[in-house]
Amino acid sequence: MTKPSSPIDFGAYPDARGHFGEFGGRFVSETLISALDELQEMYQRLKNDADFQAAFDYDLAHYVGRPSPLYLAERLTESAGGAKIWLKREDLNHTGAHKVNNTVGQALLAKHSGKKRVIAETGAGQHGVATATVAARLGLKCAVYMGAEDVKRQSPNVYRMKLLGAEVIPVESGSKTLKDAMNEAMRDWVTNVDDTFYIIGTVAGPHPYPQLVRDFNSIIGREARRQSLEQFGQLPDALVACVGGGSNAIGLFHPFLGDESVKMYGVEAGGDGLETGRHAAPLNDGVPGILHGNRTYLMEDEDGQIIETHSVSAGLDYPGVGPEHAWLHDIGRVDYVTANDDEALTAFRTLTRKEGIIPALESSHAVAYGLKLAATMRPDQNIVVNLSGRGDKDIFTVAAIDGIEV
Amino acid sequence: MVSELNNRIDRRFAKLRSEGRKALVTYIVAGDGGLENTVELMHQLVASGSDLIELGVPFSDPMAEGPVIQKGHERALEQKASLRKCLELLKEFRSRDEETPVILMGYANPIEKMGAEAFADALKEAGGDGALTVDLPAEEAGPLNDLLNARELRNIFLLTPTTSDERIAQITKLASGFVYYVSLKGVTGAGHLDLDSVRDNLARIRCHTNLPLCVGFGIKDGASAKAVSADGDGAVVGSVLVAAVGDSADGAAAKDRIGGIVAEMRSALDG
Repeated sequence: MTKPSSPIDFGAYPDARGHFGEFGGRFVSETLISALDELQEMYQRLKNDADFQAAFDYDLAHYVGRPSPLYLAERLTESAGGAKIWLKREDLNHTGAHKVNNTVGQALLAKHSGKKRVIAETGAGQHGVATATVAARLGLKCAVYMGAEDVKRQSPNVYRMKLLGAEVIPVESGSKTLKDAMNEAMRDWVTNVDDTFYIIGTVAGPHPYPQLVRDFNSIIGREARRQSLEQFGQLPDALVACVGGGSNAIGLFHPFLGDESVKMYGVEAGGDGLETGRHAAPLNDGVPGILHGNRTYLMEDEDGQIIETHSVSAGLDYPGVGPEHAWLHDIGRVDYVTANDDEALTAFRTLTRKEGIIPALESSHAVAYGLKLAATMRPDQNIVVNLSGRGDKDIFTVAAIDGIEV
Repeated sequence: MVSELNNRIDRRFAKLRSEGRKALVTYIVAGDGGLENTVELMHQLVASGSDLIELGVPFSDPMAEGPVIQKGHERALEQKASLRKCLELLKEFRSRDEETPVILMGYANPIEKMGAEAFADALKEAGGDGALTVDLPAEEAGPLNDLLNARELRNIFLLTPTTSDERIAQITKLASGFVYYVSLKGVTGAGHLDLDSVRDNLARIRCHTNLPLCVGFGIKDGASAKAVSADGDGAVVGSVLVAAVGDSADGAAAKDRIGGIVAEMRSALDG
């Protein structure tokens, strides 16, 4: 857990076989290896291809609506009574979350691959919607796997996906949440590998997914870095983002990793509290293991079985975390902390009332920790909190907690 | 090179080869149908004609399995089956059967949890003969492979229709015991077996190895077992056995059902 003495070239990770230190890699059945090799080869070629990058930048500007603003939340700052809180407004993207940065990029890869069908897994439904959206735009067939429990608690997103022409397949196996949706998507991919492109929604899964999902989302951090210099003339003192699989967090963090003065906080879902065991915080209370194609920190029992997680936010309800986060945790570059369900709900209400912005419950975890952190810092300091998604999808969950039927 | 006769798998395939017979490899999930019945089911598999048992180690997230075997894993986990339990059951089986090779088939995480070296030691101590770890492809298998080799335990690898010639060469260098050829692109229990593709791919693999080649996935009965093993050295059957265990009211019924299925396959293979 100690910081290494010589500076690390963060851009050099992962290595050629997808490892971030001891994490990452490619732990899948043999059938998928050739498809992963093909994807890796294609991505290595295209990521330095000027035409491909231009197409990606064009889509981000004109379809997604980037750059997203870096917004000084004055009344939120006032309520915390410390450092200035700046919100990176990923909630303003088309489809309402950061997820579309990645699906636009992977859709371009799918188009290059010539495959006519895309599949995805989804938890809260944001990635499913973002995938169904790009599939509609490109005229691709789309199937989205979603845990049966999540289908129930995220019905607006289920309907959005159907409107967009996607088939939503409820997954009844295991705990019926995001991890099981990912299992089922992998099974689909093994079966239909010749004509199907799997659009993974987070920085987990087998190599090269953690790398390419990170690269596509790094637009968040590149913009935030430039906007910080423009808007307050220096780099932020701290970055805060929620971490489920960790795609919005790595997207914000990655372009700043080499900036030693910038502290980073990844906020895991504390659920009912770390001490209860009912949470989704593998970096705080898990151990290294192997799931979904990579080695990373996991929530598991003494026999190595994956255990059920708990969070009020479906998008953070996942027993693993991206392997790059596992590595950044071990080398001490990023601090991984938690916000409980209650703290996230309070932050949800605070941001809504103080700034007129309804955040996703996932992002509310980052807001909760950002408020806490700001209070310990000076008014001349700056924190960037990643507002990874908007909360329209969550109003039914919050209403139910309030005992109100919407 | 390890001596051929230090391992039950090698001895069994040598014997089958000398008799001109095909291997019948059978899979059940440890603990499925009741922990107290697993050892009896294993003996029944042998009595009905199984040459080699793949004892499935249940895992919470069996990514490569179709619905039938997924349910088998879920039932076994309800019985509190685990890697440790599997090793105990194997030891119990071994007290009455010194000859039939047994491999543990499962996923990487339970092994990772136990520790690869502790696992290799425990497998040897329990009387196991090898391991097949579905989500541990050649790139990641090195450390476990060395530990198994050092104990004269075999490491069984999967080859698939999508495996390139270059990878076949790489994997067969690591492989020992036998090679498990996955007959189709899909999960266990799938139904679209393509015999022409099996024949072509087995020929491709033969160029790289002398290890026995057993074919699995999509094998439902004696006829399909016989068909796939025509160009290979044996057939692997799993889903139909797991379905039979799942449909049985009790241990005795499960024993009868799987005994019948295996006997029918055995006679088809020998006929």
